[in-house]
This record gives sequence, C-alpha cells and structure tokens, in this order.
Amino acid sequence: MNQNARKKIVIVGATSAIAEQCARLWVQGAGVDMVLMGRDAARTERVADDLRVRGSEAAIEVLTADFVTPSAVQKTVDEIVAAGPVDMVLIAHGSLPDQFACQDSLNQCNEALTVNGISPVLFAEAFAGHMQQNNKGTLGIIGSVAGDRGRKSNYVYGAAKGLVTRYAQGLQHRLAKSGVKVVLIKPGPTDTPMTAHLKGSGAKLAGADSVARDIVRGMEKGAPVVYAPAKWAVIMMVIRHLPRFVFNKMDI
Amino acid sequence: MKVSSWGRLSSDEHNVVPLLDLARVTGTLSRSAPGICFGMGRSYGDACLNPGGTLWKTTGLDHFINFDAHTGRLVCEAGMLLRDIQRMAVPQGWMLPVTPGTQLVTVGGAIANDVHGKNHHVFGSFGSHVISLRLVRSNGEIIDCGPGQHADWLYATIGGLGLTGVVATAELQLRPVQGPWLQAETIPFLGLDEFFHLADGSEAAWEHTVSWIDCLAGAAGRGLFMRANHCDLSVPRPKSRHLAMPVTPPVSLVNAWTLKPFNWAYYTATKRKAGLAVCDYESFFYPLDNVQNWNRMYGPSGFYQYQSVVPRAVGKDAVQNMLGEIARSGQGSFLAVLKTFGDKPALGMLSFPQPGVTLALDFPNKGRQTLALFERLDAIVRQAGGRIYPAKDARMPRDLFESGYPRLDEFLSYRDPGISSAMSRRLMGN
Repeated sequence: MNQNARKKIVIVGATSAIAEQCARLWVQGAGVDMVLMGRDAARTERVADDLRVRGSEAAIEVLTADFVTPSAVQKTVDEIVAAGPVDMVLIAHGSLPDQFACQDSLNQCNEALTVNGISPVLFAEAFAGHMQQNNKGTLGIIGSVAGDRGRKSNYVYGAAKGLVTRYAQGLQHRLAKSGVKVVLIKPGPTDTPMTAHLKGSGAKLAGADSVARDIVRGMEKGAPVVYAPAKWAVIMMVIRHLPRFVFNKMDI
Repeated sequence: MKVSSWGRLSSDEHNVVPLLDLARVTGTLSRSAPGICFGMGRSYGDACLNPGGTLWKTTGLDHFINFDAHTGRLVCEAGMLLRDIQRMAVPQGWMLPVTPGTQLVTVGGAIANDVHGKNHHVFGSFGSHVISLRLVRSNGEIIDCGPGQHADWLYATIGGLGLTGVVATAELQLRPVQGPWLQAETIPFLGLDEFFHLADGSEAAWEHTVSWIDCLAGAAGRGLFMRANHCDLSVPRPKSRHLAMPVTPPVSLVNAWTLKPFNWAYYTATKRKAGLAVCDYESFFYPLDNVQNWNRMYGPSGFYQYQSVVPRAVGKDAVQNMLGEIARSGQGSFLAVLKTFGDKPALGMLSFPQPGVTLALDFPNKGRQTLALFERLDAIVRQAGGRIYPAKDARMPRDLFESGYPRLDEFLSYRDPGISSAMSRRLMGN
C-alpha cells in the first residue's frame, strides 16, 4: 500500500467503549497509523492488541498521558504532531459522574467538570492549532445530549458537555474558511461500562457499535453535529424547546 | 433484569454483572458469587440461567490478544463472538475448524457446551481445537490448562457447562481455508436407508454434511441431504441480507396449520433446485443468523429443542421410532436436522458428541402434550444408550442425564462451589 495514502488517526480516551468501537471500524480493511491515548497503560494496551489483530495492516501506538495539566496536554499533542500531520482526531474521554455526589462534594464536582469539559477542550484546542496550520484534518469531539439542556438528574455532567458544545461551535466558526472540519458528536445513552448502572432500571440503550458507525460516517462526511443515534436530534429539539413551566414539572 | 435463554421458556429476574476487564474478573466473582456465565444466551434451556441469582455477562470480554497468521493460532478473551473471529481470520486464509449453526455465540459458550458443526466427522467438536485456556475460579484461583498442563481441568471445562470456573481467555487452533466459498450439493432422499447410504458415501469426500428432514413424514422420512467442501474462488462476497422478527406474535407461527404446507413447500422448492451450487460460508453455515430474533416466531410460550445422539448400531431403529412418535404427535417444526457424528471421541467429560447419529428438532411449547412427547422420546434414547444435549435442554430427567454421561462423577470433583445454574441444580442437585 502507498505509504502516503495511510491515514493517521489519534484517539484521546481510547479505552472508552464508543472510541474503541470507532477504532475497530477504522482499522478494518484499511492500513491506518493510529495513536491511542489513555490514562491506564494496561487497559490501553489491551485495546491496542485487539486492534492489531483486527486490522492486520494497521500500525497502533499507545501513549499514556496526563489529561488535565495544560502544559502536559500541549506537550503530548506537539509530540504526536511532530511525527507527521494528523488526518483525524477523536476526543472521546469522559466519565459519567454521580449527580448527587457532585452536589455533596465540590471535589467530585470539580473533577467531573475537569474530566468531561475542560480536558476535552484543551486537547481540541491543541490539535486545532496544528490542523489549522496544515489546513486539513477532521477533529471529532464527543459531547452528549446531556449538554443540550440542564436537568436535575445530571446537570454537572451536562454543564461540562455544554461547555464542549459551545466550544465546538466557536471552533467551527473559527475554522469555517479552512480545510479543517470540526465534528461535534452527541451520543444518546449508550450501552457502555459508563452506563452499566442504568441498565438495571430498564433504560433502552443504543449499542456502542451502532453509535460508532454513526460517528465514523459523520466524521467521514465532516458533519458539524452528529446525534447518535439520529433520533436524539428530534428528541433533544423537543426538550430544548419545552417551556420552563412544563420542563420543571418533569422528573428527568 | 429479566433474562431469557434462546428457547424463551422463562423470563426471570437476574442480577446481571458485566465482566469488562480481565484484570478485575477475580474481584467481581468474589463479590457476586454464586452465579453462572451468560454470553449470547444461545443455550436453549436453563444451562445459562440462574433465576433470582447472579449472571456474569461475558460479552464485554471481547478482545483479541494475539493472532499468528503463519500458524493460525489465536488467543482471545472468552466473550469474543465466533462471528468476529471468522470475519478477522477468513480474509487471512484461516477459519474456525468447528462452528455450530450460529456464529453469534461466544468462545466461552462454545467451549462450555463443546459445540459441534456440520463437519464433525472430520474435525470433531470445538474443544478438540482448544490449545489452552485460562480458568478463573470463584475463590480467586487461576488455572492455566491445556492438553500438556492440568489436562484434567481442560477436559472438565470442555463441555463443562460453565460449572468449573469462568473461562477468561482461550488459545485456539484455526484451520487453513482458501476463502469464504463452499461448493455445496443438495440431494433429496426418501427414508432413513437412503439417508445413511448418502451419509456413509459422503463422509470421505465431503467435509460438511447435514440433512433437513420433514418431521411430519414419519418413518418414511423424506429429507434433503446437504454436503459441501471449501473451494477456491476469487469473486467478491455477496452483501448479506438482514431480516428480523420485530415483535413476538401472540401465538406460535409454527403450528398445525402452517407446518405441513411449509415442509411440503420447502422440500418441493429445494428439490427442484437440487444439485451443485457455490455459496458463501455465512449463508451455508449460519442461515438463520440473518433473521434477527427468529426464536420469537414460536410466540410467547417459547419453544424446546430436543437433540439426542444414539449409537450407530441402533441408530436407524431409534431415529425411525423417534420420527414415528413425532409424526403421530403432530408436533414439531420445520427446523429438524439429522446428522451422523464421526468416530473421533470428544475430549470433555460431559461433551455431548459421541459416535452415532444425532437428531435435533424444535417444538413449540404446548405444555403438557409437548412434555409427554419428550418422555416417549426419552424412552427411545434411554433404550438406545444415547444421550441428550444439555445446551438444548430445559427438561431432561436426571436419570437420563446420569445414564447418558457416565463420567459425571469424575466431573463433579472439578466443579466450582461458587458457580451454580438452573441446569446444574436440576441435573446435579446443586
């Protein structure tokens, strides 16, 4: 295969179930160079070993990094980009906090905002600069439907994802005239380890593999906003437009 | 949450605990035992159920660990689907040597039930291709076993119904294959003599053999004998079509009014295009995988499968008697399969395959009349010295299990005291 045709893909938060399913789709049948970033080396290696078998032509590199210190994020991204321009970046990390724990402890609240909001933005900002210089690339950021309207059951998480939403919007504005595409991804509740506790309550969750298919397709097209599954675009439009006196009576 | 197995005969509350990370399996087991592993839930009866108790959901253990494309040796986690192995390996010239009629099962489930396929007479059962496996016991003990180390643990675990520990990883030997294509031949037959004649005449030259039989035709036994070999053909694979049974119909779609016309139509239509054809491995091996939730067609009461194997010497008479009983009862389904097993002994202490002939049929659950028919079939199997396949079973009497599996006592000493299923309580007392 022509070395120049190989895509370079970076995944931040590669052990996330959705990110892992995206990676599986990307390595299938195509020779790609992939960098997997995670916080836990062993868990990231497990994902990498799997991808090496699934994509026999893929080259997979594992990187563990500090996800919250701004200078460390900058350094990590600079090092990745120094090895060659990046075609696609997927920023996928996050953790669903317990809302009540966030209300009880500002430390928990702070951590939830940092991991789900600030950290993704730092990574996106660091990659965006390089992509703008190269005038190419697709930057996918995983937000959430929870960021569309704050509600009592998870507004700290929602606020962090809302931050990501507004950030992505601004970045799209900034890069509108460039060759760089910014894709904001908003998954609905997805069947992942992060939501394992929701399943017992009978919630209907989308499979991580089908959400990943929507994401891969959306990033391929460079769609500005991808709801996954697509039905959440309609549901959230309704939720966003509900008058406050109706919304405040809802137990959601 | 409510969990059913493939036969949908029950729907009970279970505490479902996902196993997500190899490193944390031990901790999860010690916190939530007793329980039983649940993969894709394709066991028909109660082998994978534990009403009111814990199920360890294994499908999160779905990572490949290593594949050597020169030797065909694969190491993977036990929640890996056979489908994903096939899709990874076939383009590289390898394939699982043994797969059942669905590829939507996990490696752990395939080992625990020591599944077989249409090529049993050549490759034996799934367990014969396990190079090694890692067993995690509920007390935290980890046993790495293979034919050369702790072989007794391997042989207890192959076909061991998940009762010896949790299979965490397995190393499998794949077989080389030219590509995804098979050359298949369909031959109509009438009567068991013709069936056995075809089976005996095909086994040397054909890797895959299986027969569909019309369960209503009785001892006359009209059927369709299918045989196939892998072949080399470099054309692109067809895109598979996906159908689904979106809802459960209020009554079984398989009933006295539909079965006879369907069997007639299937036999007549297939007979007309009998002969040689080239087909893709997925459509030949796993025809029903493209119909999502096909098990719903039997309606809200669910269905049983009755699969037995009887020794060859008495095979013809026993199968003839069973088909006679079934035809007289008017029960059954168009899913009826007859196949001869090869002489290769299965490794597992509780493995189902043994030399002889196996008959498998679905039966919509009609309550007592269905169970009464099974008792008559049991009597035939018992007298023939045969056994029933636990993976398909939800009701066999304990004495038939004990007589069918003479190594049961030996097996019991390998059980994990922290593992128990509805089936183990029914057939082994705890």
